[in-house]
Amino acid sequence: MAEFILRRILQALLVLIVMTVLVFFGVNVIGNPVYIFASSECDQECLARIIADLGLDRPVWEQYLVFMGNLVRGDLGNSFTHGVPTLDLIFERLPATLELAVMALLMALAIGLPLGMRAGLKPDAFSSRLIMGFSMISFSVPVFWIGLIMIVVFAVQLGWMPAVGRGETVMIFGIDISFVTFSGLHHLILPAFTLSLIMMALVIRLTRAGMREVLYSDYIKFARANGVRERRVLSLHVMKNILIPIVTVLGMEFGGIIAFAVVVESIFSWPGVGKMLIDGIAVLDRPLIVAYLIFVVFMFVILNLLVDILYTLLDPRVRLGAASA
Amino acid sequence: MTDLAQDVPGPRTSNFRLAVRRFLASPTAVGALLVFAFFCVAALLAPWIAPQNPYDLAQVDILDSLLPPGSESFTGMTYWLGTDGQGRDMLSAILYGIRISLIVGLLSGFFALIVGTTVGLIAAYRRGWAETVLMRIVDLQLSFPTILVALILLVILGRGVDKIIFALVVVQWAYFARTVRGVALVEGAREYVEAARGLRLGGVRILLGHVLPNCLPTILVVATMQMATAISLEATLSFLGLGLPPTRPSLGLLISNGFDYLQSGRYWISVVPGLVLLAIIVSVNLLGDRLRDILNPHLRR
Repeated sequence: MAEFILRRILQALLVLIVMTVLVFFGVNVIGNPVYIFASSECDQECLARIIADLGLDRPVWEQYLVFMGNLVRGDLGNSFTHGVPTLDLIFERLPATLELAVMALLMALAIGLPLGMRAGLKPDAFSSRLIMGFSMISFSVPVFWIGLIMIVVFAVQLGWMPAVGRGETVMIFGIDISFVTFSGLHHLILPAFTLSLIMMALVIRLTRAGMREVLYSDYIKFARANGVRERRVLSLHVMKNILIPIVTVLGMEFGGIIAFAVVVESIFSWPGVGKMLIDGIAVLDRPLIVAYLIFVVFMFVILNLLVDILYTLLDPRVRLGAASA
Repeated sequence: MTDLAQDVPGPRTSNFRLAVRRFLASPTAVGALLVFAFFCVAALLAPWIAPQNPYDLAQVDILDSLLPPGSESFTGMTYWLGTDGQGRDMLSAILYGIRISLIVGLLSGFFALIVGTTVGLIAAYRRGWAETVLMRIVDLQLSFPTILVALILLVILGRGVDKIIFALVVVQWAYFARTVRGVALVEGAREYVEAARGLRLGGVRILLGHVLPNCLPTILVVATMQMATAISLEATLSFLGLGLPPTRPSLGLLISNGFDYLQSGRYWISVVPGLVLLAIIVSVNLLGDRLRDILNPHLRR
């Protein structure tokens, strides 16, 4: 077990290093940072000085090592536009994004699980077809389009919900949190629901598929034969077994939510890291873009690692299968 | 085994006919096909049927900007779907937008198919370290959300039709590679491949002439799904201002242009292109669903 986890951690480290190489080359070799620093009247001499300042006259591998050295010390440079360390900016905006993502996750589970169970129990009923149609549509419709319709219907036409911003926030443990105030919650509902639809579609499909599989298994038949009540069969025996794949997939998809948050945040002007990235791209704030990319890569690798380890703890077959491979 | 090829006796053509018959049996699928075909024809004929060329500034009158659907211009032309902020006829802009969206979707899907299928076949054929390395790359690629990778690439590359197609190919080839490798491994273990080996046919010939044709149904299903994803991704990226340049407005860019007017109730600039986009994506997805049911019952989720 320990060996397995150690090997996974080593693999994750390898991936991290490969990804930093990719990001580094992507930004520093394909794009030329000199022209961002240089003004238009910069002559040959001035260009040479900037190149020396940025360390671009040194061999590429050496530049990479300097970059990695700073990275290890947690220094990803200062943002051009904000003039403060980029990592500070990211951590300042992160709570808003996480709040949105967690809320979306909860909504997806709270709505998706019952719908999926219904569709799995009575696959031929009209309501089940409706549910699967809904799942199929929310899976294929682009997120930004759903966000627009939400704004048109609930903010512009009906005037029930605010369309932009985060509302009131409250400081808790030094972090701004908005879902504890009414205004904050009010602002959160539309963007979170928009973001949750893809996950919801996934939860519905997985739950339905899980139900179809588990309902016909022997232990459910035995539970029923033993006179266990239907409610208890569903809520205990079935639920327990369909939750494992759902939890795994959601763990993996959480990263995807953070990625799609970029879209939702820029539609609803939600002040999270995604909105920051899009604003940063618009003004070519390269250090900020690089810092965001490195941060996201770290997050993904760690998330994947955690899901892998958790999965092994939950399901020993994976561990044994991987060891023999 | 419920594989179609084993259930149905007879030559290949009967397989094909059966597939067509099963496809036609589903009204949803036929409807989706009709909708998709309609938009394809509209896109093909856009330069001839559009009331105006939305890129020709001489034909666009700024005085006609922000007119609601059904309004008439000074010259007596009717704007059936209204006009946008620059006075462009939305019907024409949408027709040209469909053209660009479909081209991007088709081309990126096609190139991703070529790259992914090649990698998948090589991995299945070579096995050993080549397979390990290639599949590690595929796993790595798939562990990152497509939208994020495409976004990063476009930040580095800039805007452009070629660039967005490249970015979409980069994020989508892995899906083909993984599926094709899986199917090719199964097919490679079948008797007909053994028979071909027995005839001392070359590895490449077996791969391309025998294994690949049997992977095609699966590839077709993945390609349909990926095309829908590509169209959706392109629209999203263009909406964020990262995909296509403003000179080639795709549906996503049209929606984005209308976004600023949404709050003031001028809904048609965003909503109509959005509905068209929706119809295209959903119809392609429905087609893919049906194809999957017919061609590859194992893939059903």
